[in-house]
Amino acid sequence: MATELLMPALSPTMEEGTLAKWLVKEGDEVKSGDIIAEIETDKATMEFEAVDEGIVGKILIEEGTEGVKVNTPIAIIGEEGEDMSTASAAKEAAQETREEVKTDAPIAQQPAAVPAKANASPDWEEGTEMKTMTVREALNEAMAEEMTRDEDVFLMGEEVGEYQGAYKISQGLLDKFGDKRVIDTPITEHGFTGIAVGAAFGGLRPIVEFMTFNFAMQAIDQIINSAAKTLYMSGGQMGAPMVFRGPNGAAARVGAQHSQDYAAWYAQIPGLKVVMPYTAADAKGLMKTAIRDDNPVIFLENEILYGRSFEVPVLDDFTIPFGKARVAVEGTDVTIVSFGIGMSYAMEAAEKLAEDGISAEVIDLRTLRPIDYGTVIASVQKTNRCVTVEEGWPVGSIGNHLGAYIMQNAFDYLDAPVINCTGKDVPMPYAANLEKHALITTDEVIAAVKQVTYR
Amino acid sequence: MAAKKSSKKPNVSAEELLTYYKDMLLIRRFEEKAGQLYGMGLIGGFCHLYIGQEAVVVGLEAATKEGDKRITSYRDHGHMLACGMDPNGVMAELTGREGGYSKGKGGSMHMFSKEKHFYGGHGIVGAQVPLGAGLAFADKYKGNDNVTFAYFGDGAANQGQIYETFNMAALWKLPVIFVIENNQYAMGTSQHRSTSTPDLYTRGEAFGIPGEIVDGMNVLAVKEASEKAVAHCRSGEGPYILEVKTYRYRGHSMSDPAKYRTREEVQKMRDERDPIEQVRDLLLTGKHATEDDLKAIDKDIKAVVNESAEFAKESPEPHLDELWTDIYA
Repeated sequence: MATELLMPALSPTMEEGTLAKWLVKEGDEVKSGDIIAEIETDKATMEFEAVDEGIVGKILIEEGTEGVKVNTPIAIIGEEGEDMSTASAAKEAAQETREEVKTDAPIAQQPAAVPAKANASPDWEEGTEMKTMTVREALNEAMAEEMTRDEDVFLMGEEVGEYQGAYKISQGLLDKFGDKRVIDTPITEHGFTGIAVGAAFGGLRPIVEFMTFNFAMQAIDQIINSAAKTLYMSGGQMGAPMVFRGPNGAAARVGAQHSQDYAAWYAQIPGLKVVMPYTAADAKGLMKTAIRDDNPVIFLENEILYGRSFEVPVLDDFTIPFGKARVAVEGTDVTIVSFGIGMSYAMEAAEKLAEDGISAEVIDLRTLRPIDYGTVIASVQKTNRCVTVEEGWPVGSIGNHLGAYIMQNAFDYLDAPVINCTGKDVPMPYAANLEKHALITTDEVIAAVKQVTYR
Repeated sequence: MAAKKSSKKPNVSAEELLTYYKDMLLIRRFEEKAGQLYGMGLIGGFCHLYIGQEAVVVGLEAATKEGDKRITSYRDHGHMLACGMDPNGVMAELTGREGGYSKGKGGSMHMFSKEKHFYGGHGIVGAQVPLGAGLAFADKYKGNDNVTFAYFGDGAANQGQIYETFNMAALWKLPVIFVIENNQYAMGTSQHRSTSTPDLYTRGEAFGIPGEIVDGMNVLAVKEASEKAVAHCRSGEGPYILEVKTYRYRGHSMSDPAKYRTREEVQKMRDERDPIEQVRDLLLTGKHATEDDLKAIDKDIKAVVNESAEFAKESPEPHLDELWTDIYA
């Protein structure tokens, strides 16, 4: 019986890819283990193997096709002498199945590209030339620029060099800067983080990549006790000018130990600076600032955002100062405060609320230490209502802190209690439907806004 | 009470011997004074004295040059004095005063001196070891020939991050000397109760790091070992391990009643192996100094220590504004 070959998902977050090359043609015999195609994701080119034996009956997707969705039938494999004309019917059926799957996928509801909205706090002059970049490219470019500018900046971490980065953030840096400055470490977070902090004491400016921030828990003593506290303990004599960076928070379907948002943890520590960008422009401008900062900076990225595209200004030396929030959408009825991937929900909610006639102002904090209280308070004084949005756990969240701050500093302006929309108070489950509900949803943000606006 | 005589004729000048004698005596008297001030309530919190271990840092420092770095744990007063930090600044830090090395904000366990390349003063057992390897990494990156001394105890030798560091230090040939100050007790746990294999100097074998054991009560033996280790590191051969067998006369910290060992054990060590008495004996028997010369040195050192105590008492407490400084650069 003829079976369909489907476009494979080659990473937890892959939604589509390019069918780069067919290595077989119609009529070829294939057996299990044969490499039949090359598929390009945003991270890498992967070889695709046959799992069954049979004859390649029909190739449904031509090589070179971009944006082939995961689970799209790409070829039909059948037995010798079999009629493959059922192919097109099968294809349609598969297409429907795929659509269903897609609707259920936790990341499907997030917009692929963010529409340009009113920007009340521009970080570049009007009329600046812009280019479209992914967050991944922006981070890579920021590191490359700073490594070119300052010889003391180096990158270390697992797979940052020859492998080109587990998530390809360091792609090409080894070729550009050599193995003295792009250093592959053994899998030994506690140790290499300590070495990097020591190197910072010794006058260098390390960038430490954690493959994900979950693994930084192995090294948290060095981050907090050694990096964050030494300037104070030494009476200002020495500190750790360095960046700890990597993906933070949930990716997709990677389970409890790989899906934690550490924003609130690190934001609690005096001596650290904490950055959590959403857009590619912020990722670039803030990363350059982080590398130049004389303090230890925690730079929380997000795997799902790596592949998202945004407009980035084309400037020789584009930096964004810490402690300055971005007003992503101007509005009058409610203030939605978020940061990092939380902005996806905030932006989508604002769009849907606008359809219901509710004008939401969306603030992207961008940095959590320092935090731009001024922009939040000014907005709340205007809208008299506030909803915070983050993927992290509810207890001791950034939203909790902001709620308390607003209560103490703008109590008389509030027409409703501040609501914190957060991830659920559970370890991250694996099952797709459970994971979706463990994270924050746009519907929850909308419901919270309706609650504080009494709609 | 005579120290045990060394069978080997020491290859050392009278001047050097006198320097080691003075340096070790300064540490001893300083620590005794610190103990006294602690008893008077002038020093608070944790205070870990170095008495008995003086030959370790003095011997190791004897092989250093300008630019070399050192980093250690919380039993750090001796290291600071041995690398030339000002006793006044150290003692004033112990009393938590403005004149202390960290302006009173670090305390006994957290002092630093950029000028003397002393990188602390760390309170988490073992954490200073990767930091030390990182200092060596920075020197290698910059292409100079400085070496770093990363000191830790027999207790820290069981921390996992030590072995992560051994691996990378060997892999990247970092110019770091791992100095295991084996004073035989990890707080109250004797080495035989905490350690599956007693020879800590062999702990680098799995990583290809050479190591040797050194009599840490004999400053000349320590100096000789230090010279060898430094030569190895400076020539780009990578890390080196020195297990320096020593003994702390006092408790783990000021609040330790030291019930885990006998009074006789401590007394025997003091009587037979004391590092300062050994050098004193060499000076006198070699006729490099007279009793009167040594008395004069004792007097000078006492004066330095008394002055540091006076300074530490008189230096004002840090201004309240200091609470909010040095959090960010």
